[in-house]
Amino acid sequence: MSWLDFFRANRKPEPASATQAKERLQIVLAHERIGRTREDFLPRLQQDLVAVVARYVAIDPGKVNVALDRGGDISTLAIEIELPGAKPASAGASAEAVRA
Amino acid sequence: MAQVIVVTSGKGGVGKTTTSAAIATGLALAGKKTVVIDFDVGLRNLDLIMGVERRVVFDIVNVIQGEARLNQALIRDKRVDGLAILPASQTRDKDALTKEGVAEIIEELGKDFDYILCDSPAGIEKGALLALYFADQAIVVTNPEVSSVRDSDRILGVLQSKSKRAEEKRDKVKEHLLVTRYDPNRVERGEMLKLEDVREILAIPLLGVIPENESVLRASNTGMPVILDTESVAGQAYKDAVGRFLGEELPHRFLEPDKKPGLLRRLFGGRAA
Repeated sequence: MSWLDFFRANRKPEPASATQAKERLQIVLAHERIGRTREDFLPRLQQDLVAVVARYVAIDPGKVNVALDRGGDISTLAIEIELPGAKPASAGASAEAVRA
Repeated sequence: MAQVIVVTSGKGGVGKTTTSAAIATGLALAGKKTVVIDFDVGLRNLDLIMGVERRVVFDIVNVIQGEARLNQALIRDKRVDGLAILPASQTRDKDALTKEGVAEIIEELGKDFDYILCDSPAGIEKGALLALYFADQAIVVTNPEVSSVRDSDRILGVLQSKSKRAEEKRDKVKEHLLVTRYDPNRVERGEMLKLEDVREILAIPLLGVIPENESVLRASNTGMPVILDTESVAGQAYKDAVGRFLGEELPHRFLEPDKKPGLLRRLFGGRAA
């Protein structure tokens, strides 16, 4: 701390947004470069998984949620298929998530 | 055999046309016979940037459709010897361009010119794909900004898969990175991607860095390729880029921020403008 800081009080350090820009680019491009050589498999994966589950449980195809989070080291794919409740009285339906 | 060079970027507004005009003019100034073709059918602008908008009679679509001969459509630059412009059509749409038609034009131009520059439209649709299809070399224009870098990466993928060279499995299109609108002051403040970051991410050889500079707007206002403004930093940076393109070894300039503000401004917290 020096007395000079008094005069500099209005000078906040800049958030280093350029660093975030670089990190975000590196992650998104790593994924896009892989995708360039392969077709997008997600829609088919979703269809296949839903088909397997539907073989055992009656499900509503409209109640399927797919969430993808692309990360630097690992990515998570969460597929949430809503199963119909056993008793009509129970509020809401139980949900199960398949993680890949 | 003439070299075909595409000036491309994926993203719009990063400086493709400014670059096409400057590099084409620079190559002609260096004694190379150069023609620059506007592929942005429907949204032509190279004519304005080159300052020949009042001399456009026929355009590339007229030539492809046999309504005019190539020589009638070519506009010879009055300032620089050996420089010609083939304008895009303003009234037709992109579908008026055909691969066969463009191939014929490029073959015919190749007899008279050393370099054929193709100013690509933005996007990765037909016009952009045709602009890069015949390329031997590509100048990828990139701003130090996330969407531009991402689109440049995408267009590099397209060059490697959809160009004629890729289809025929010949040597790949030679890629050059041209970073434009670079602001060393903002880089120093951590607000803008550093040159090294852009180079690291795209990983292609660097042709040049054009600093953000008011001379570029002035040049477009007056229809004079900015490389002719030899006093301006952007003009000099483009001249260096042309020199490197032709094989000269030149250091990259204009990468350092303005010198520090004076003592009083530092004391009272003034920020560099």
